Amino acid sequence: MKSDGEASATRLLHLRFRALPEQLKPVRDAIGAALCGAGCDFAVVGDVKLAVCEACQNIIRHAYCGEEGDVVLEIAWEPPGAAAEKGRLVVMLTDFAPPVDTASICPRALEDLRPGGLGTHIIRAVMDEVAFLPPPEGAGNVLKMVKEVGTPS
Amino acid sequence: MNLDISHKGNVVVLSLSGEVDMQHAPSLRKQLLSALEERRDVLVDMGAVDYIDSSGIASLVEAYQAARRNGTRFALAAVSDASMRVLQLARLDKVFTIHPSVETGLQAGV
Repeated sequence: MKSDGEASATRLLHLRFRALPEQLKPVRDAIGAALCGAGCDFAVVGDVKLAVCEACQNIIRHAYCGEEGDVVLEIAWEPPGAAAEKGRLVVMLTDFAPPVDTASICPRALEDLRPGGLGTHIIRAVMDEVAFLPPPEGAGNVLKMVKEVGTPS
Repeated sequence: MNLDISHKGNVVVLSLSGEVDMQHAPSLRKQLLSALEERRDVLVDMGAVDYIDSSGIASLVEAYQAARRNGTRFALAAVSDASMRVLQLARLDKVFTIHPSVETGLQAGV
């Protein structure tokens, strides 16, 4: 896992890591250190960790489909200079897998009790905005998630 | 994730601790289904679970369904706040039998 040490007024975290299950705990640890260091409360940190790892699971399972590849995670305040009292945490996850059909990605009905398929529902439940963005050249898929901080949800 | 197994009569108590994620969910699934295949009741102590995601939850759902098919009992106990948050998000807090502690689960016969 590589960490970008560039100083930035708004960037809290920039990581590039292999899309592997064993990478998820170090990613959660890095998110925890970055967001706790930025003054975010425990609940916000927990929700962002959960959303990122659910999204990474989807990348591992459905984008890379068992093949190896990288994921880039970026977390930043929006607007620049925002703080934990009031701001938006913008989380960007970029992979380099073949583009997925984003129209087919939707939460399943929770009444349908079965193992699996909960990740998309959980992401949408803990984050305030979730959207796939057009990927830049060379990337496969870009997921943007936003967590409102310091405002009533 | 750490997983300790103990036997209390016909009940298998699986005590989970740490982080239950995509890396560890297959091991949890295997242990749960193994206990249920022996027609034992299963009580999962989740008091020391710091993190669980949809992979871990999926293992619990699969065990719940296997127990129903077997006619055995499956329940959770001492669910940590972090785990309860995810169970509630998945609306599974009303599906699983959840005991306040392992002791109350054993007293209730799981």
